[in-house]
Amino acid sequence: MERIENKEMLNQLRDENKERIDNSKCRVLICAGTGCLASGSGEIYEKIKTLIGENPDVEVHFGPEIAHGDGPMEVKKSGCHGFCEMGPLMRIEPLGVLYTKVKLEDCEEIFEKTIKNGEIVDRLIYKQNGVEYPKQEEIPFYKKQTRLVLENCGRIDAEHIGESLANDGYQAFAKALFEMTPAEVVDVVMESNLRGRGGGGFQAGYKWKQVARQEEKIRYVVCNGDEGDPGAFMDRSIMEGDPHKMIEGMMIAAYAVGAQEGYIYVRAEYPLAISRLKKAIRDAEEVGLLGDNILGTDFSFHLHINRGAGAFVCGEGSALTASIEGNRGMPRVKPPRTVEKGLFEKPTVLNNVETYANVPMIILNGAQWYKGIGVESSPGTKAFAITGSVKNTGLIEVPMGTTLREVIFDIGGGIKGDGEFKAVQIGGPSGGCLMTPQLDVSLDFDSLKKLGAMIGSGGLVVMDDKTCMVEVARFFMNFTQNESCGKCVPCREGTKRMLEILERIVAGNGKVEDLDMLEELATTITDTALCGLGKSAALPVMSTLKMFREEYLEHVVDKKCKSGTCTALRKFVIDPEKCKGCSKCARNCPVSAISGQIREPFTIDADICIKCGACESACPFGAIHAES
Amino acid sequence: MKYITVNNRKVPFDDEKNLLTVIRKAGIDLPTFCYHSELSTYGACRMCVVEDERGRVMASCSEEPRDGMVIYTNTPKLQHHRKMILELLLASHCRDCTTCRKNGSCELQTLAQQLGVNSVRFQNTKEQYPIDDSSNCIVIDPNKCILCGDCVRTCEEIQGIGVLNFAHRGSEMRVMPAFNKKMAHTDCVGCGQCRVVCPTGAITIKSNVHEVWNALADKNNRVVVQIAPAVRVAIGDEFGIPKGENCLGKLVAALRRMGFEEIYDTNFAADLTVIEESKEFMERLERGENLPLFTSCCPGWVKFCENKYPEFRKNISTCRSPQQMFGALLKEDGRMRKDDPRKTIVVSIMPCTAKKNEIVRPEHFTDGEQDVDYVLTTVEVNRMIREAGIDLNQVPSESLDMPFGLASGAGAIFGVTGGVTEAVIRRIVNSSRPEDLDTISFMGMRGDESIKETSVMVGEREVKIAVVNGLASADELLQKIKSGEAYYDFVEVMACKRGCITGGGQPTPIGPRTKKARMEGIYNIDKASQIKLSTENPFITMLYDGLLKGKEHKLLHNHVEHSCGECGDCSECSSK
Repeated sequence: MERIENKEMLNQLRDENKERIDNSKCRVLICAGTGCLASGSGEIYEKIKTLIGENPDVEVHFGPEIAHGDGPMEVKKSGCHGFCEMGPLMRIEPLGVLYTKVKLEDCEEIFEKTIKNGEIVDRLIYKQNGVEYPKQEEIPFYKKQTRLVLENCGRIDAEHIGESLANDGYQAFAKALFEMTPAEVVDVVMESNLRGRGGGGFQAGYKWKQVARQEEKIRYVVCNGDEGDPGAFMDRSIMEGDPHKMIEGMMIAAYAVGAQEGYIYVRAEYPLAISRLKKAIRDAEEVGLLGDNILGTDFSFHLHINRGAGAFVCGEGSALTASIEGNRGMPRVKPPRTVEKGLFEKPTVLNNVETYANVPMIILNGAQWYKGIGVESSPGTKAFAITGSVKNTGLIEVPMGTTLREVIFDIGGGIKGDGEFKAVQIGGPSGGCLMTPQLDVSLDFDSLKKLGAMIGSGGLVVMDDKTCMVEVARFFMNFTQNESCGKCVPCREGTKRMLEILERIVAGNGKVEDLDMLEELATTITDTALCGLGKSAALPVMSTLKMFREEYLEHVVDKKCKSGTCTALRKFVIDPEKCKGCSKCARNCPVSAISGQIREPFTIDADICIKCGACESACPFGAIHAES
Repeated sequence: MKYITVNNRKVPFDDEKNLLTVIRKAGIDLPTFCYHSELSTYGACRMCVVEDERGRVMASCSEEPRDGMVIYTNTPKLQHHRKMILELLLASHCRDCTTCRKNGSCELQTLAQQLGVNSVRFQNTKEQYPIDDSSNCIVIDPNKCILCGDCVRTCEEIQGIGVLNFAHRGSEMRVMPAFNKKMAHTDCVGCGQCRVVCPTGAITIKSNVHEVWNALADKNNRVVVQIAPAVRVAIGDEFGIPKGENCLGKLVAALRRMGFEEIYDTNFAADLTVIEESKEFMERLERGENLPLFTSCCPGWVKFCENKYPEFRKNISTCRSPQQMFGALLKEDGRMRKDDPRKTIVVSIMPCTAKKNEIVRPEHFTDGEQDVDYVLTTVEVNRMIREAGIDLNQVPSESLDMPFGLASGAGAIFGVTGGVTEAVIRRIVNSSRPEDLDTISFMGMRGDESIKETSVMVGEREVKIAVVNGLASADELLQKIKSGEAYYDFVEVMACKRGCITGGGQPTPIGPRTKKARMEGIYNIDKASQIKLSTENPFITMLYDGLLKGKEHKLLHNHVEHSCGECGDCSECSSK
């Protein structure tokens, strides 16, 4: 592609690419997000490509109601479609069909029937409650979403800059560059009240404004792509599925604050995101959208990628900049704030991936338009990653203010299996738990904060009645303790002690005083830890302790775990009615805890039993079960 | 005037950089482990937390004071947090207090007692790590480390070396050299400043107390001891003697009671250094060679230069440090005593841990014999005095032995930054008139600043001089000299801030008041001395005519390895 020298050329390229896409007879978009790739979408892509490649001039017969061009067929690797539960996913345009759980052996049939003749392969379409949904847009999972940031994810070839350009990529940047002053850009972002999607919910425009008014003229724009919350993958999907949108957002920020260098900090566990970003940066540099004298103006911007080394704490602003500088990733005391002295001690705009991806549409459509989405204090949409005991796990985007009920039951399809909803953990290891009474709360920054939870980066872990909340607290505390950088005493030593106590409780060795100690430790950690991660480290424990205190008490007083999750609290018993006295259980027991007379009911010595469950699986008569 | 309200009392503030400083000025000593005014704010111990009127808790070390702020420093909430933090620290800390070297002067112990932490409700589940005693100067016990990072920042920010840093994370975090190397295999210069700031027993001085007791007990030994200038103003600290008071007489008395046979003053050797170094400097100046001349008294600095700027090795004066000149001299004196068959053992009492490394350098052996046998730091001598059951406070002062017990005031001021330079300038100007001495003292060598500059006329020539303390500042200056940005003829470097008075072997804690008192103590010794110029020391003149005759070069200078077998750098060699 030649170098884009001005706005006209950019528009021309947009039109050319749009025409190419519109003109194609048929476009097959195969999800190449990390999830689908893991379930084999790479091979499916190759297979479809070969099939079409062997039949280049194939005629298509889609029927009169479906318009299509005469150009060549296209097979594309797209970014994440979001419906990860159902992967590998394949979308066929212009039919709008979405095939789920596609296997390699389905490819020929798809080619013969759908691609050539527009016929639907019934077994591959999504069904819910007996209803079939051949079209992607009709599927409840998608229908109830408002996909703005994720608009292009799953719809375009993420490795092709032309596809982004065709979808108005870099138009917002061009608008800012040619029609607005930097101060006007800052004002629009301020006016839009765009709040940081990384967890804190701090006003992005305010950060920009502060950086723009610093005396120091060397400034940096940094993107936080160190998405470390367990179960969260919004940012990864944006980086993998529509990297140019995020890059464009960074460029607008750079123009607004007068920065010439930018850094994207991506965790090393996201190799695909890194390779897509690298390709995107290279492509943008090639056409002159990044580098010196962009679009023929005197604005220059260079973008670099930094791989994180896998520390959760590097998602904290000052630890992140320290890590880019090559130092140990540890938060430092503030002030000075990142906007005054951030990366290399220079004023720095630091936003996360999703925040930057929101910027282009705000510039293109204006602040008023943006404020029309979501709720007043938290405008716009938010991407959430839903996982856990929910039918449709995956990545969704809804307007701020949507209720948890809508997200879990309408989009998520409700609880998986026969379980009942118990709680939802929101905000990852720094967040809290919400229960049924809070299902109708509006999902926005301020409403959740009032409840002691937080949107965080947007991870939603749905839990059913088979979940032990003490174990959940232990899981998150284990995560935080492992990820504590070790700098400040309360986080380093306090989380260690909290984890020890929780481990003791789930192992059946807890005492009632332990609950007080947990609270004592939690208040000190929350009040005195150095960084945001430390301050919120105790939240999962605090919130479960508040809402599920009974469950904790059961563990420490009755030594019981109702959900049956805590192995150590299970008690294996042999039903004398069912036991035939075959001795198979005794022979399988690794610690010789089972004894008895042949043809008489056997018994388990609870003091010796290590609760491994070997007897339960060995019993041919189903006479052994765990009581909890 | 701006005010904050601390515990309902108005406290004015000006340009204090943090709340902690304002609160301490108000007379409330908030506890800290990781805050030192000369280091960057680390904010890790969280002991200095305070509460505002809305109940928000913040660390006062990293909070800017704002006019009208309302602050509480001792609410039940804060008491709970501080005690909890201490309890957590103690829980993961080795609790063998009674046998710890730091027992009695450990800040963790003091605070636990002060805040009334009477029980620790957690088990110590921390993995035990091996002790690193590979260095000649310091010993590191990771099991006593509370990870305040003071040593890390001191080594990096003050000394510009950065041997120590953090490794691993969370509760497994440790302070160690890169790649977990032993201290002896790193670029550590042995200055011991990490030990000075360490609040616990995690970094301590490598002790030679045991060896010295044994040497004293051996009837075949004649144990001679020299006392460095900065020791006398610090040794009284642990005995309740006012800070900075000259305790030389008491120390002499104590040492005699402990069995040291002859007790001399390193200040005497400092006089020798002044004479030798001035001579060398004038010669270099004349020839315009190897300028600037760097002083060689400080072994931490010499090692730093060798490690980081080997190209400047030739600029370092060939003069031995006062300790080494004295060692060589005392051994030679011993060899001359044909009527005494006993072996001469030279012990030096130094404020410095790096001196322990200096004595084993190959150039500090004369005729195969080590010039100085043992270095005891001030802290170790304190230990010995107490072991001997002597109360330094009570013991009557005694005088040093002669002939090496008389020194000029110029030798005395070697103990502070700028002292060597001032002594050399006195020698160059060669006047002991009070008004001249006064003029010299106001030339800018005195004071706390890291880099001080001055100049003096030598004949027609203006000689440019720099005085540096702190190796990070030395690093900065060397960069400038290297790039040609700065030019000097004479540069004095002391590795430790303010010179030897805050050396790695001195009693701790060394707060701002202690530093000031010790500095004043040193200058008072100069003021009180009848001889101001090294050349006016009568015993020095006698020495040059006697014992030293024809051996000046052998005993007082270092012989840098040279292809011809001679050093070529020193005045003796190059004049051949």
